Amino acid sequence: MADETLDDKKEEVPEIASFDPTKKKKKKKVAIIDPADDPVDNLAEKTENLSVSDGFETSFAGLKKKKKKPVETSNFTDEGGDAAEDLDDHSGEDEGEGDALAPHYPWEGSDRDYLYEELIGRVFDILRENNPDLAGDRRRTVIRPPQVLREGTKKTVFVNFMDLCKTMHRQPDHVMAFLLAELGTSGSLDGQQRLVVKGRFAPKNFEGILRRYINEYVICIGCKCSETILTKENRLFFLRCEKCGCERSVAPIKAGFVARVGRRNAGA
Amino acid sequence: MSEFDVQTPTAYDPFADANAENSGAGTKEYVHVRVQQRNGRKSLTTVQGLKKEYSYSKILKDLKKEFCCNGTVVQDPELGQVIQLQGDQRKNVSTFLAQAGIAKKEQIKIHGF
Repeated sequence: MADETLDDKKEEVPEIASFDPTKKKKKKKVAIIDPADDPVDNLAEKTENLSVSDGFETSFAGLKKKKKKPVETSNFTDEGGDAAEDLDDHSGEDEGEGDALAPHYPWEGSDRDYLYEELIGRVFDILRENNPDLAGDRRRTVIRPPQVLREGTKKTVFVNFMDLCKTMHRQPDHVMAFLLAELGTSGSLDGQQRLVVKGRFAPKNFEGILRRYINEYVICIGCKCSETILTKENRLFFLRCEKCGCERSVAPIKAGFVARVGRRNAGA
Repeated sequence: MSEFDVQTPTAYDPFADANAENSGAGTKEYVHVRVQQRNGRKSLTTVQGLKKEYSYSKILKDLKKEFCCNGTVVQDPELGQVIQLQGDQRKNVSTFLAQAGIAKKEQIKIHGF
């Protein structure tokens, strides 16, 4: 009788990726990554043995030994048996099959509990496999490179300035203030909406400063999305994210100390 | 009546923690290291935000000797004393300050290209 129920579970496991109601006592979703049936069934058996009130870790500790890569059906008979014996049986066969299946888990082969970092890593790996867009670690890849020209010998013209401001959904005044404060020079917007900066700067310099601006004032720290709005409330600047709705305050742009370079007033 | 005694607070200074933090970590001020351009390929490094208790002339002297450059201390009406060094010494300055213990690495902010 027990075998029949186990067989039923065996059939269902490969199809269902996430939630299998027949296995509701199991606290972790081992079924997702383990296409193997036996370890899952072993786990199911174990959970039934353990009381539900056990702590999260203790239920893991008990289950962990049984959770192995696919082994022959003879293991069915061994479920009630010692965990140590199973380990020995598995160790020989796991090496070959383990690599073929899921990535090698760092806790295998030893008796220790899962670490939180390992579990989180596992969750994210699974998430990335199944739903890559939900994992969301990719920053915005479409950042246009800034185009700079030299105007005369002492001035640099930033051509894409307005486009960049619009792409980032930011006020040009704000971006300009940041750029000038970071570069430590003076500059202005000319008639064609280009930013003219005093001094000689390479595009790479601009890129670095823009990157800093984006990291500080554009990207939301929670979800790393670039759809944010900068608002001014009560003399504080707030950055609100459109996607996740998180709001944080950002420091106002302060110019800092600007040393006196260039000509001093004659005679003064 | 004796209950009042039970309820009177013991000698507990609620600001003890706050004061300890202030004196321990110093202020939460940042040390800004900036660079400016002069004519040609010459540049100027500016260090602003160090604590007022320090002897700026001694720090300046060490910096000058260390990096083989010239420098001065400028008095700014609102920002206090600012160290100016010749050349682009941003990285040098940050490592120097962190090593000497004048400022923590998290407090140092580097600006500029």
